[in-house]
Amino acid sequence: MKFLRILTILLLIQFKAYALIEVDITRGNLSPLPVAVSPLSPDKKSITEFEKILNVKDLGSEISIIVENNLRQSGLFNPLEKDAFLQKPDIAHFKPRFEDWKLIKAQALITGKVEIIDEKLRVEFRLWDVLAAKEMLAIAFTTVPTNWRRVGHIITDKVYERLTGEKGYFDTRLIYVAEEGPKTKRIKKLAIMDQDGFNLKYLTLGNELVLTPRFNPTNQMVTYLSYFRNLPRVYLLDIETGVQEVVGDFPGMTFAPRFSPDGKKIIMSFATDGNSDIYTMDLENRVVERITNYPSIDTSPSYSPDGKYICFNSDRSGYQQIYVMKSDGSSVKRISFGNGIYGTPVWSPRGDLIAFTKLHKGKFYIGVMRIDGKGERLLTENFYQEAPSWSPNGRVLVFYRETKTDDKGEGFSAKLWSIDLTCYNERQVPTKSDASDPSWSSLLSN
Amino acid sequence: MNRNIIISTGFHFIIIMITTLSLPFLLKTPIDLPPIISIELIQISDKTSIPFAPKAKKIIEKIKKEEAERVVSEQAPPKKIKKEKPDAVPLPNEKIDKVKKIEEKKQNPEKIETEIKQVSEFEKKELFDPNNIAALIDKSKEDFAETSKTTNKVTQSQDRNAEPSGLSLNEEDALKAQIFGCWSIPLGLPYNENLLVRIKLQLKPDGTVVKSEILDHVRMNKPGQGFYKVLAESALRAIRLCQPLRVPTTGYERWKDLQLNFDAREMLEG
Repeated sequence: MKFLRILTILLLIQFKAYALIEVDITRGNLSPLPVAVSPLSPDKKSITEFEKILNVKDLGSEISIIVENNLRQSGLFNPLEKDAFLQKPDIAHFKPRFEDWKLIKAQALITGKVEIIDEKLRVEFRLWDVLAAKEMLAIAFTTVPTNWRRVGHIITDKVYERLTGEKGYFDTRLIYVAEEGPKTKRIKKLAIMDQDGFNLKYLTLGNELVLTPRFNPTNQMVTYLSYFRNLPRVYLLDIETGVQEVVGDFPGMTFAPRFSPDGKKIIMSFATDGNSDIYTMDLENRVVERITNYPSIDTSPSYSPDGKYICFNSDRSGYQQIYVMKSDGSSVKRISFGNGIYGTPVWSPRGDLIAFTKLHKGKFYIGVMRIDGKGERLLTENFYQEAPSWSPNGRVLVFYRETKTDDKGEGFSAKLWSIDLTCYNERQVPTKSDASDPSWSSLLSN
Repeated sequence: MNRNIIISTGFHFIIIMITTLSLPFLLKTPIDLPPIISIELIQISDKTSIPFAPKAKKIIEKIKKEEAERVVSEQAPPKKIKKEKPDAVPLPNEKIDKVKKIEEKKQNPEKIETEIKQVSEFEKKELFDPNNIAALIDKSKEDFAETSKTTNKVTQSQDRNAEPSGLSLNEEDALKAQIFGCWSIPLGLPYNENLLVRIKLQLKPDGTVVKSEILDHVRMNKPGQGFYKVLAESALRAIRLCQPLRVPTTGYERWKDLQLNFDAREMLEG
């Protein structure tokens, strides 16, 4: 009876239910994410060893500067000024006082520790979500001390991947043609460096003209074009051993080489009697296969990441345009239909886009289009620029840009530039000399 | 003679007067006063809030569908007995007669055109249904145009129990503007149709977040959902950075539970 009464009372009470309010947030700010990169705290015992082995006084700070520069270079992060930091690096790494980091508007915090154990460099770092007051990532590395710059790049890659969801591109190298001397008498050498411009090495002496160097997927080999007895030939160079060889015994000119995604083949153009077609050569058995057979200039081939398709440029329609075909040469389809002429197509490592150089009304553009040719976007325009190459994560392009020579024939220069797919972040890549024909390696730490 | 003239004039005058005054009454139908329309004052600020866009679209589609399916009555609106206000309670027979009389009047098709605006209280509620208004003010201009046409007709099958809920335009705009400033969209994300993060919040009266829950949290730790995780984390950071949220000073019960839909597709598409 009592139960029934209570039930009746409950039924009589009117509950007023409101529908859940939904608010759509469709916009945000495009400002780079504020990140605090605290210097990595050095182990007291190791400080003297840093100086002795590496001739670096404060290794922790140096590594944090590498991370900071990389993050800033990406355009997606804003590393905060270290002067504003309120907490000491060692304590911050142990337990950050999040309120202090919030105060300086940091949304993410990187802390770390560096020490030498048994003549090996041990670096650990942590990534913290300041606003959620929790750890997002914690990793430790052990390596030879001379690798300390790479440690900085690897840390950046890990942080970048955790905060953006895509792989980083900092522990990578660029190979390019280093140029010196006047325009009419340029000395061109193959050069290799870290993506931030450090650790520069020359791979050739500059006796012969070199062009279009390309890495293989393992980054151990390079294929490039060089002139031997005034005949351009495709060469293969082992970076570790320095051994160099000509690719195939072709009776004419070979050029525009590139590796297949599995690194087992080289795809290139071979020209005879004013006609050039695309060929592949198997590096294991040296078997050469003809891919295109058309009375036109077919060149600049580039494989899709799965190796099933090839994009290339051809003037078979009267003007130089971009085409896509199956890797056996069948199903050729033109994909570029815009005004102007298109060249140097490169398939993105993500597989979704093709980068290209476009010449229209006397201006050069670096752009991207989808693999069906739709959605063409021109990222940058200049007097002269070409040869885009993708970063391993398919987000950034590196290319080279030349400046005009003045009336006296001076002022000419060629420099490497990078731009990301948002177009917001265009930067010059630091090189010691003039530079052209860059090619981006895949991640070294893979 | 004069007397005859005066009598004749008098008779003529009387005839003219009778003709002038009486005949129109004979021809004229009884004056049919339209029933009095009661006016309901509506707080616009409580009715004009935009619901979640897809929801508005659904409502619009629902209306269109119902419009298509429904046989639109060309008759006048239902009777309005209460407007006949008798002083005394009529006898049962009289009441029936009156009702019949009204029905006969409203069968007159000529009057439908003029009386089409006379709507019942129930239909009026539908006309001013907050969801309909919200749909009319929806961001989609095309949908807006179509909807405004269709909602001119009186519908009889909508949710009659809809209560004013949601935030007003001003309140919602204030909240959105605050979060826009706090949300750093991870620009590295590739454009993806599935990049929508829905977060349910429990709020204190001052706008402080008591609890935040990602509705599709299962996706957070699924392999291949790295981009979703990054977006969800950025949304949570935005909420934490923004709090206390700019919520209305009144009606706490209404908004103490709030859902934010973080949709980066528009930004990433460009």
